[in-house]
Amino acid sequence: MLLTLTTTHRPATDLGHLLHKHPDRVQELRQSFGTATVFYPEASDERCTVALLVEIDPVRLARSAGRRTPDFSLAKYVNDRSYAASSLLGVALADVFSTARRGRSDARQAVADAPMPLEIRVPVLPCRGGPEIARRVFEPLGWTVTADPIALDDRFPEWGDSRYVSLSLSGDVRLADALNQLHVLLPVLDEAKHYWQSDDEVDKLLRSGEGWLTAHPDRELITRRYLGRSSSLPRVALARLAELDDTTEDALEPPEDEEALQPPARRASLNVQRHEAVLEALRELGARSVIDLGCGPGQFLAKLAAEPSFTKVTGTDVSTRSLQIAARRLHLDTVGDRQAARIDLFQGALTYEDARFAGFDAAVLMEVVEHVDPPRLAALERVVLATARPRAVLVTTPNREYNANYEDLTGMRHPDHRFEWSRAEFESWATRVAGDHGYTVELRGVGDRDPELGTPTQMAVFRRG
Amino acid sequence: MAERTEPDEETMNDAGTEVREIGVPSMGLVLLVGVSGSGKTTFGAAHFRSSQVVSSDFCRGLVSDDPNDQAATPDAFDVLHYIVGTRLRRGLLTVVDATNVQASARASLVRLAKENNVLVDAIVLDVPEAVAVERNARRPDRGFGAHVVARQHKDLKRSLRLLRKEGFRRVHVLRGDEIERVVITPEKPWNDRRELRGPFDIVGDVHGCATELVMLLEKLGYAITRDDAGRAVDAAHPEGRTAVFVGDLVDRGPDTPGVLRLVMGMTAGGAALCVAGNHEAKLVRALKGAKVQVQHGLGESLAQLEAAGPAFTQDARAFMDRLLSHLVLDDGRLVVAHAGLKEAYHGRSSARVRSFALYGDTTGETDEYGLPVRYPWAREYRGKAMVVYGHTPVLEPEWVNNTICLDTGVVFGGRLTALRYPEKEVVQVAALEQYYEPVRPLTPAAGAEEREPTALNIDDVAGTRWHTTEHAGRVKIPEENAAAALEVMSRFAVDPRWLIYLPPTMAPAPTSTLDGFLEHPEQAFAEYAAAGVGEVVCEEKHMGSRAVAVLARDAEAARRRFAVSDGTTGVVYTRTGRAFFSHGHDELVARLTDAVSPLFEELDTDWVALDCELLPWSAKAEGLIKEQYASVGAAALTALPEASAALARAASRGLDVSALAGRVASREANAAAYRAAYGAYVRRTDGLEGVTLAPFQILAAEGRALAATETHRWHLEKIATLTDPLITPTRHRFVDLTSAEQRAEATRWWLDLTAAGGEGMVVKPAAPTKRVQPGLKVRGREYLRIIYGPDYTDSLDVLRNRGLGRKRNLALREHGLGIEALTRFLAGEPLWSVHQMAFAVLALESEPVDPRL
Repeated sequence: MLLTLTTTHRPATDLGHLLHKHPDRVQELRQSFGTATVFYPEASDERCTVALLVEIDPVRLARSAGRRTPDFSLAKYVNDRSYAASSLLGVALADVFSTARRGRSDARQAVADAPMPLEIRVPVLPCRGGPEIARRVFEPLGWTVTADPIALDDRFPEWGDSRYVSLSLSGDVRLADALNQLHVLLPVLDEAKHYWQSDDEVDKLLRSGEGWLTAHPDRELITRRYLGRSSSLPRVALARLAELDDTTEDALEPPEDEEALQPPARRASLNVQRHEAVLEALRELGARSVIDLGCGPGQFLAKLAAEPSFTKVTGTDVSTRSLQIAARRLHLDTVGDRQAARIDLFQGALTYEDARFAGFDAAVLMEVVEHVDPPRLAALERVVLATARPRAVLVTTPNREYNANYEDLTGMRHPDHRFEWSRAEFESWATRVAGDHGYTVELRGVGDRDPELGTPTQMAVFRRG
Repeated sequence: MAERTEPDEETMNDAGTEVREIGVPSMGLVLLVGVSGSGKTTFGAAHFRSSQVVSSDFCRGLVSDDPNDQAATPDAFDVLHYIVGTRLRRGLLTVVDATNVQASARASLVRLAKENNVLVDAIVLDVPEAVAVERNARRPDRGFGAHVVARQHKDLKRSLRLLRKEGFRRVHVLRGDEIERVVITPEKPWNDRRELRGPFDIVGDVHGCATELVMLLEKLGYAITRDDAGRAVDAAHPEGRTAVFVGDLVDRGPDTPGVLRLVMGMTAGGAALCVAGNHEAKLVRALKGAKVQVQHGLGESLAQLEAAGPAFTQDARAFMDRLLSHLVLDDGRLVVAHAGLKEAYHGRSSARVRSFALYGDTTGETDEYGLPVRYPWAREYRGKAMVVYGHTPVLEPEWVNNTICLDTGVVFGGRLTALRYPEKEVVQVAALEQYYEPVRPLTPAAGAEEREPTALNIDDVAGTRWHTTEHAGRVKIPEENAAAALEVMSRFAVDPRWLIYLPPTMAPAPTSTLDGFLEHPEQAFAEYAAAGVGEVVCEEKHMGSRAVAVLARDAEAARRRFAVSDGTTGVVYTRTGRAFFSHGHDELVARLTDAVSPLFEELDTDWVALDCELLPWSAKAEGLIKEQYASVGAAALTALPEASAALARAASRGLDVSALAGRVASREANAAAYRAAYGAYVRRTDGLEGVTLAPFQILAAEGRALAATETHRWHLEKIATLTDPLITPTRHRFVDLTSAEQRAEATRWWLDLTAAGGEGMVVKPAAPTKRVQPGLKVRGREYLRIIYGPDYTDSLDVLRNRGLGRKRNLALREHGLGIEALTRFLAGEPLWSVHQMAFAVLALESEPVDPRL
């Protein structure tokens, strides 16, 4: 992978002094993951270009890590690390030009302290979100940004563009700032860190971001992406299963938010309305023990836990990762004994009968049924209404008709939805299963009502008759 | 009502007898009762295994580090109860060594025995107070004085009067030198007749239908013996089969005495066994003079017995009074109980067990006909033993989780049913008439109507578990793997009724050291030759997506064999059990069923399961190819030329960058080769247009686990008869491993195949062979670029150091589990049992082994 940095400062060869690398020498510097070579493709008074070329041996890189590494998957071996300007390039850059990054130059301190005309070229920059993200990140720092998309494969033009851009930056920037910005922002754009995170990651970020990161309009995005995500065995195991199916891991880990394809404001408000409607229904029913079937990362559980009238709050989900997040959200490891005894979380699947589902006043199936393949719905009905048999069951699900109100929505509201029902379809399903299992059912709407299309979410309240 | 036992033996023998014999329940609890110093511990050690005796002193030591710390007694007894309860639950003879001189201490232990449905005996060591005091005085660790023993002794004396009413089966009191002369014999429960291996003919509820019973026995091949009056009084099978009656011989029907006479004759002569039904129990109570409501056909029996005379009635009452609640037969593989029996109760003895066996698991509610509502225990049954029962009339006997109800309502005008065991064959005769009006119309067996779609329980799959398989022995499934599998299975997999198999992983051939190669055919040949395999088949390895197709000939076959009645006739699913193509799946099934239809005739089956590769790779994996493979190619082929250009400019300045430039140029060439490699597996498809399947093995068809029994020659020949354009043939060749020439030819074949862009080949023993790898893949040099990275050929020295052990181990275990799933399905085992195996394959597949293998 390659990065070049050019200046037209006069004399341009001052660049060699600032970087502590002589323009007429080729220097190889060992890195933990490969070799960095610094050389100057051109060096004249008018224009001086330094190139940093990092050779990575992915085979040796992969072998240096144990089997419990975060990204234990084929992607570890067949990856772009050798070619794209990733976090590894950021690391090499910081190491090779460490003195320059601190802004120190014995010979040319005045030049080091001042902005200078710079052009930076990164031929292959991983940039999830496309050229727009690159502009969002670099323009506020005073760069003129050119980001050209790179096609995936000329033989298959229908595949479109890759996640890479060819990036050129130009501007008058202090050299040390430019180097620090690249060090932090390369992994940010990469969004996958491939060297080992240590506890002092945050400190490192704060040091490198001194003077420019705090004022950056997108600092939250940058911080979040830089610090990345942690992982654990169930995720590794899941990644293996994704690979078996020739799918990517993301396919197994859909977004947590319902209405994922809607703008955040609309998403949040409907979510709140839905929680409120279900809470209200639970209060009406006088339910004291409640099980949230398919609790996900526990947003609704937190609301249940906050109301003392619910003496027993249980959440179950099939995703161990969601349950971990829910446990954190509910502070299960620090709450007092009394609160801990009130709350219970466990892994369960709604197509398997489970004695732990039984004995509740009410069960909540909030935005869950539409994630079940239609042929498997009968199993869910059986498990919840025939075997667990709570006194009441609350089911919410999208109203497909309302989708007409969502701009730009083609298909369904969430990538993992297996179906979305119209009001008539939901009513007919609810009426049938209520009859089959000895429940009565009442249908309600949740969210702002459209006179023609109804409410965005529909709810069924089943009571055991 | 308590389980019947022998009357208590007389325990107060005189001291002249040589040996005192005591029987204790082999599965049950024995309480030693005696004051401190009475010699209980010595007695326990002399007559029982040390693991069978749980002493209060030991438990006191466990919780306090001091066996004599009386303050620790409550906690010590908690631990003692836990140990005793666990042992009893597991059916182990357990002896409690504690003073047990107080009624309350005994009561809690008796309760524990009853909770675990086992019998409890007491053995009292009644030694003189002075002896006990003197023994204690000799022991330095016993600090308490004579007054303690005196108090205990007083308690014991009082206890001796009470003991017999405390729920013990027997109380054995030993005095003086009897304690030295005793011999203890464990007695197995009366219901334990596991030594009887059959074969059996198990007969459902007869309800006084004597004529139909005779007809059924004759149909089963029994020779009937009649008395001078022409009444059937005995029957015997020429092949020595034994009839087993599930109870409810009596009431409602026209000739209850006739039925009793025949069954009593058969049981007396050993030709039959019989368990009690609820109707016998009530009839006995009525005959004993208890006030019972005369309904449900009891009146008919009483009148008929009255007519049969007092002598017969006396015999019949004695016979019915002696009937056991259930029988455990054939080494524990068969349990017969009138209303069925859950696994925890098999072989147990208690009032609760008897109640379940006679009346079922009643919920206390009644239905709209006023009949008791029963909990559908069979739906949850997971036991190994087959449970055969009657009690609830059903239209047709139907298997539910290895249980079957044989009451087909003969007295209501239905049929009288027998089950041949172990053949599992149903034999029936129709009622000659309707003798009695049913309160409620006959229904399908409880739990049968919805048994399959939803009968899976989380406890069937979650948590760490061990499975026993024929081909891979005992296989452990760790909890975290099960958790990952649960997530994928429940979110994506097809209906479990179709999921009768998941394909195992396959190990690569041992690593080659040949220049330029990581894998090479010669290593596969060498491994099999060393394992004693004479002939192998080399099959072209299609680069597509693994697919399992389970196809029924039509909707009726799907209903009959897979219990799927929504009209679907098959599935084509991935390695994780996910249906291919959410839109178009039904069409794929229809077209594939059509394409393989010659197999239905050929194999005389109306369903078939095939192991295939679905082609092209891009049909399923386009997202992955773009996200992973093409992205790397795009990055490489953009970055490397720009690096070359920069190096060229540096060189023109006179800098020495030649070595680096050479490496960059080589990487560029590798990247181009890599891009060519994945491109070979991309073909444009539109829906199903352009998609084909390459079946390489017929996994199973009705009655036959073909994957385990047939040679690959057989499989490939059968598949070669399929000529539909949807089917892509699998090129292959057989190799005699003793022929160097054939091995060399096969290697050339592999080189040609891979040079033309093929993935490689799979080498398998030509005939199924246990304990060797079922197949070894040998992947081509160029194909491996998309597995090990474009530049892998430059790092062969490092890559050759790869550990194959875990992968090979997984391949064997998953193969064994897959075959087990098929054989269980073919044996008609319950859905949960088949599903466990398929689920286990998926769980092992989540094991983090090197994904490049």
